Amino acid sequence: MRRAITERIIETCIRLSGLVVILFVVLVFLFLLKDAVLLFGHYPLGQFLLGTKWLPISEPPSFGIIPLLIGSLYVTAGAIVLCVPVGVISAMFIAEVAPGPLKGILKSLVEILASIPSVVLGFIGLVWLGPFLKDLLGLRTGQCGLTGSLLLAFMALPTIISISEDALASVPKAFKEAAYGLGATRWQTLWRICLPAASSGIIAAVMLGIGRVIGETMVVMMVTGNSPVIPRSITQALRTLTATIASEMGEAVSGSEHYYALFAVGLVLFISTFLINLVADAFLRRARQ
Amino acid sequence: MVAAIETTVLNCWFGSLQVLKDVDILVERNEIFGIIGPANSGKTTFLRAINRLNALVPSYRQTGLIQLAGRDIEEIEDTVLRRRVGIIFALPQVLPISIFDNVAYGPRMHGIANRSTLEQIVEQSLRRAHLWDEVKDRLHSPALRLSGGQQQRLCIARTLAVEPEVILYDEPCSGLDPISTAKVEETMQQLKERYTQVLVTNNTKQAARVCDRCAFFLMGQVIEVAQTSVLFTNPADQRTNDYITGRFG
Repeated sequence: MRRAITERIIETCIRLSGLVVILFVVLVFLFLLKDAVLLFGHYPLGQFLLGTKWLPISEPPSFGIIPLLIGSLYVTAGAIVLCVPVGVISAMFIAEVAPGPLKGILKSLVEILASIPSVVLGFIGLVWLGPFLKDLLGLRTGQCGLTGSLLLAFMALPTIISISEDALASVPKAFKEAAYGLGATRWQTLWRICLPAASSGIIAAVMLGIGRVIGETMVVMMVTGNSPVIPRSITQALRTLTATIASEMGEAVSGSEHYYALFAVGLVLFISTFLINLVADAFLRRARQ
Repeated sequence: MVAAIETTVLNCWFGSLQVLKDVDILVERNEIFGIIGPANSGKTTFLRAINRLNALVPSYRQTGLIQLAGRDIEEIEDTVLRRRVGIIFALPQVLPISIFDNVAYGPRMHGIANRSTLEQIVEQSLRRAHLWDEVKDRLHSPALRLSGGQQQRLCIARTLAVEPEVILYDEPCSGLDPISTAKVEETMQQLKERYTQVLVTNNTKQAARVCDRCAFFLMGQVIEVAQTSVLFTNPADQRTNDYITGRFG
């Protein structure tokens, strides 16, 4: 009898914790939606989504989100192109190639990398990486999308490396031996056995890395130049969705159009990360089959 | 005639632990050579020395000579050696892909891309492994849906597909039911015509059924090598007698 009650209590606790997570997601969405919708009373949705000018304090204001979307896209795409190959190959090196002692050192270094606060990275970007890129590529300013991409890639690396490495390390030893037994080289084994067997884990790692890149605010605000115009290349100053909210929320009057516009930007951000997760999930499910 | 495999004063260590001591074994061509003995007697290490799988363990060391068809295996590249000497593990190591792809895996890896050549190799290998009739209508379904015994024969087919000379079996039936075991044993008998086979087994009855000659290993040493009928009825060494009559091990 007492055991049954204990069981019931534990079960309820677990169920509640699960429900709380769902509740939070729904509440965040509703909260964003509630304020974002107020914008569209004054400002047409079409102009918000397709407008090419973000001029929140001019008269009349213009809240076109396209420059910010493209800014986010540039920075994110740049970071992904840089960090995914490097991250996965590093994971392959740590999991399969590095000898014992080196493996331990590398793994702890990756963990240390993950613990660097983003504001420190932003600072490094501001005083060193930006000027360095400016001189190297002969840019007008070092505060541009590329600087942001590099730093974001750096931030996503630990996530991608450690999760991919776990996935590779958990490939059964027997698979590898079977491949070696058929006369496979080390590279063939790694490429055709370990990588496919670990693919779902690696995709998850990459998606988590991308999630981190899209949501990151501090670094991009510090180093990408903060100029909300449509960039023509990644080497120009730009501004992302996240940086827009962070840098303008302080000055927007509560209850103004501008204020609601920022919520709408947040909603767009929320929906896009949600979609990415959905795609990632579909991939994972397919990989598992 | 040159022996298929010959080891001379083979000594093996993992770290400071000596696993094999002065092992001299000669395996004739086309015979099924059995290796029996209690756990930790070095049977598997001996098997894995022949295709150098032991070398994947960083702490492994080895002295002595291993010859494959009269040639020192140290002169043979890893990938070539492991093609010539195939291995079947205790648990069927089926890859999570289709039956066809499992068998075609090795040939593809070694550069055969032509579809009809591959189909030919797959059919021939599956026939030789006695699996063709059971799977010919579902070559493209996942290999993991096969039963344990079928999976093990699929592994044999996969090994045959890379055209080995020698097949090593590391307790191939330890996870199988008696009927599947019988099928694997039957397959081994059929393969005798073309291949040299070395069977490590914990099941002395299986060794008695399948093998032409047997070696008894104990604590890393070869105690006795003899015709199977002799070893199991009239062993020369008391320790062999104790083992096969079940007094230890």
